Amino acid sequence: MTALPNPGVRPEGEVDELRRLWRRPQGLRAVTVINNNYVGVLYVGAAFLFFVLAGILALVMRVQLAVPENDFIGPALYNQLFTMHGTVMMFLFAVPAVEAMGILLLPNMLGARDLPFPRLSAYAFWAYLVGGLVFFASIFVGWAPDGGWFMNPPLTTETYSPGYNADFWLLGIGFIEISAIAGAIEIIVGILRTRSPGMTLGRMPVFAWAMLVFALMIVFAFPAVILATALLELERAFHWPFFAAHLGGDPLLWQHLFWFFGHPEVYIIFLPAAGMVSMIVPTMARTPLVGYRFVVLALVGTAFLSFGLWVHHMFTTGIPQLSLSFFQAASTAVAIPSGIQVFAWIATFARGRATGRVRIATPTLFILGFLFIFVLGGLTGVMVAVIPFDWQAHDSYFIVAHLHYVLVGGMVFPLFAAFYYWMPYTSRHALSERLGRWVFGLMFVGFNITFFPMHFTGLAGMPRRVYTYAAGYGWESLNFVSTVGAFMIAAGVLIFIIDVARRFRMSAEDNAGNVWHAGTLEWLPNGNYSNRSIPVVTSREPLWDQPDLARDVEAGHYYLPGAPTGGRETIVTSPLDARPEFVLRMPMPGWAPVVAAWFTAGFFLLLTVKLVVPAFISGVVAVGALLHWGWSLDPEPLDEPVDIGGGIVLPSYMSGPRSQAWWAIGVLILVSGSLYGCAVFSYLYLWTVSPEVWPAPAQVAGIGYPLAEAALLVASSLALGLANRQLGAGRRRAMALAVVAGLVLLVAAVGLEFFAQGELSPSASSYGAAVYLLASIAGFFTLVVLVMGLFALARAATGKLGPVRRVTFDNMRLFWHYTVGQSLVGVALVHGFPRFAG
Amino acid sequence: MLDNIQSALAPRGPEAAGILEITWVLVVGGALIFTLVLALTALAFFAPPRWLAGKGLIIGAGIVFPVITLAALLIYTLLAAPRLSAVEPADVTIEVVGHQWWWRVNYLDARGEVDFATANEIHLPVGRTVELRLRSADVLHSFWVPSLAGKLDLIPGKDNRLRLAATEAAVLRGQCAEYCGGPHAQMALFVVAEAPERFEAWRAAQRQPAAIAAEDAADSEAASGRRLFLSHCTTCHTVRGTRAEGELGPDLTHFASRLSLGAGILPNNRATVAGWIAGNQHLKPDNLMPEFRFDSGELRTLAHWLETLE
Repeated sequence: MTALPNPGVRPEGEVDELRRLWRRPQGLRAVTVINNNYVGVLYVGAAFLFFVLAGILALVMRVQLAVPENDFIGPALYNQLFTMHGTVMMFLFAVPAVEAMGILLLPNMLGARDLPFPRLSAYAFWAYLVGGLVFFASIFVGWAPDGGWFMNPPLTTETYSPGYNADFWLLGIGFIEISAIAGAIEIIVGILRTRSPGMTLGRMPVFAWAMLVFALMIVFAFPAVILATALLELERAFHWPFFAAHLGGDPLLWQHLFWFFGHPEVYIIFLPAAGMVSMIVPTMARTPLVGYRFVVLALVGTAFLSFGLWVHHMFTTGIPQLSLSFFQAASTAVAIPSGIQVFAWIATFARGRATGRVRIATPTLFILGFLFIFVLGGLTGVMVAVIPFDWQAHDSYFIVAHLHYVLVGGMVFPLFAAFYYWMPYTSRHALSERLGRWVFGLMFVGFNITFFPMHFTGLAGMPRRVYTYAAGYGWESLNFVSTVGAFMIAAGVLIFIIDVARRFRMSAEDNAGNVWHAGTLEWLPNGNYSNRSIPVVTSREPLWDQPDLARDVEAGHYYLPGAPTGGRETIVTSPLDARPEFVLRMPMPGWAPVVAAWFTAGFFLLLTVKLVVPAFISGVVAVGALLHWGWSLDPEPLDEPVDIGGGIVLPSYMSGPRSQAWWAIGVLILVSGSLYGCAVFSYLYLWTVSPEVWPAPAQVAGIGYPLAEAALLVASSLALGLANRQLGAGRRRAMALAVVAGLVLLVAAVGLEFFAQGELSPSASSYGAAVYLLASIAGFFTLVVLVMGLFALARAATGKLGPVRRVTFDNMRLFWHYTVGQSLVGVALVHGFPRFAG
Repeated sequence: MLDNIQSALAPRGPEAAGILEITWVLVVGGALIFTLVLALTALAFFAPPRWLAGKGLIIGAGIVFPVITLAALLIYTLLAAPRLSAVEPADVTIEVVGHQWWWRVNYLDARGEVDFATANEIHLPVGRTVELRLRSADVLHSFWVPSLAGKLDLIPGKDNRLRLAATEAAVLRGQCAEYCGGPHAQMALFVVAEAPERFEAWRAAQRQPAAIAAEDAADSEAASGRRLFLSHCTTCHTVRGTRAEGELGPDLTHFASRLSLGAGILPNNRATVAGWIAGNQHLKPDNLMPEFRFDSGELRTLAHWLETLE
């Protein structure tokens, strides 16, 4: 037992000060709340709302399919229903739900006061809620997307889908993904940098591991679909032929990009759910998880494998057999890490039973239901990974069965287990165990009645996405049974909603407490400020291994028991072994993130319906709010370091590689690199499909252009380096001159790249489209650097930027150097590749 | 009678039969593993032996067992993959072009030129290898006749080829399996597998232009139906032997010889034809054929004439 950092009695009023600082804003300002516990609950609630809405769409479809040749609804509405059901479930329910659980649980689980960028969480939430609600409402006016949740072109191009419907998908979902990426950045930095002292990576709760892997997967997978939606919108609005076969495009480019995102997406949804299961099972079995390291390795392994098997969604597109076999092997191999986790959970239950008694409560039931359903879905997953079998099963009801076993089994059942399990953490009362059994029973039985018959419906020849079917092919009774089951699920969910309405009363300080006798930190007594003091962690289940922990944390005997800087704050620790590095001063609630989110959503949605002027006004307001927000970042450094107890004195300001901002920009650069990688892939892919539209070496713009552009880019980076040295030396004027020079050089390089294309038209061929795509991305990044540069200059002019207070400058510097590097790659590709490939 | 004509569980060709065999192997293997996992879970809750509570289970059941099983499965499926050899020349070559929401079927001659065109119905000789060249005129479609073979997509700009054969005479049904918008649910087709000599007779008949002679035999009703057709329908439809040469819709030269109407969704007779012409937007919402406001007499003559196109 190590000595407590703050063994003495804490001064009077310290807790009240914490309460006051972390208090939820009242009245109208309540919407500006940024505490993770409130934003987390709102976020989970919104995700659940979309689950219910998308579920209702499914019920309408099941009514239509209950009997053959039903004329309850027609194809126009039905096509919108299944597109919206899939889209809303995937993008507005599943991903936000697990992200929301992360925001709700992670700070407390890690022993932090909040996530490192609380306003970013609030921004992501509001953008998602407003964008999502308007997106959903499009179904009431017949504008909902109807191209399927995968939006395959050419069906979704302007020729075959001229209405707003497809635009709603492209802009709405593209926008919501940006909000998901914002959340992912927050989660990565939060997990790596705000863990309690002593919580090494090896002591981190499995859920945090799962969320770390989840967020990194978002970083690499979501850019693919963002790029894909951008390409399709460019083709729809400006006729850049990325997918039009007669101009050298290829519809399969979309499928590659979409499924490069789309398959990892399944694991993006599943891994956090598996992480929740790995938290709940040990508690219910009253014993630590068996095979912690195996489970963590399985999470990481799943992530790697999941990026190598997207082609199994394309087995029927006529891709050569040999390459398909590789994807069959990779697709079945992903069963191994899932198997590892399943057997780790079974072994944990067995150990719990062998050493005592396993608690059979509603969370346990949902986990058993999950095991049943998910294992079955995993086995049918191996089946559909077998290529010849997939030729029959693909796009039939067999797949509908399989995907619901995997997704509902793998994500919804664990999420309901989590709802029951963590309700006492966030609410005054736990949910009813008696009703819980009904909820579980109806959902489990209803689920199997709905989806098990669909395996047969599919093999009996019924394709997916059909609004009607003929009698006489053996599908009638199977479909009728499925419809009955769907209403059983709905009944279960309805009872759940009633129970939540009766018993959920949001509260941090007066929560129901550690009713399950769990071992992890989120079950410490807490308030809006999370823990009274930040504990030292010495094992994976601190509450089991340190019996006095709760009492000492509550008495303020651990680190940072008060608010020494007079504001909200948390401890930032080193990423691997969680040694305290500095005290991060956190922002207070404010309107800027909320207003920025509302009007960003407004900008995208108004643009979708071609209301250009209101969209522009909305965009201006959003940018204004973002700048206002940005201006308050990087606060004035305090002179005094902070004593957090135990003889540890930490700085309260940090710039450079140890600062949280540096890490966030680093993750943003990974996102950008992934996006650009997908753009480079698109260029090369289109060449492999249609080399005939690529120019011969003699037709490529003169070698002078790329050389001049490269020189400008390198000079821009050098100017930035010079500016950096001048700032370090405190010469602000020289720094400003160097920044201006660097910006001019950067803009000149992009301008020259557009000029170098001469007569080339982006709409004439896929070559032109690909070249202008890369140039446009360079232009966009340059614009961002320009804004960041002008912002830094303004900060310098107002004395908010100097040799010490320099986070704004460092953020710009990282992003700027990255932009130069990216543009150099682009110049080399666009000007070099045709010379060698031609 | 209709049961099992569109089912992967009732194969009528070597491709589908091969896949069904793989299916049974997968189903039985999967069921065994599933039972095993359930048994282990039950054991964990009621009477856990020591080995069930340790890392050995994770290594044995979570790593070793799936590695061996999946490797065996990969080898088995590579050996058993049933795609018919593409090396041998096919006996019959047919181009199938997907349109929103019907199938153009072009029988090709030895030089690869179109011999004759039909729609929404494929005839093939039992026991012979047939090559389907799958193309799309607009969006993605997928050709799926479960009783004969797995599906293969029709993709603009791509030339996908599907080989299949029928082992017995049968009327089978297939359906577009890649969502193609609108009434995707109603884009079906029939496959008639018949004895080679019957197939040859059918092919010879299809090559002929339409039997307009029939109407000369004092069938005034047919003659007025033909006049209506030629004044309203030629932009979209072809009837070889007349001046109707439209390419937007199905070729109707031997319309009356076909089993179905509206791309496999209605039986083909005078009543359904009349109903289709007047009310196709109700029968198949959003399909690309306009509805025609003929009076009932006109409808009767038009349907009557179409039904003479044997």
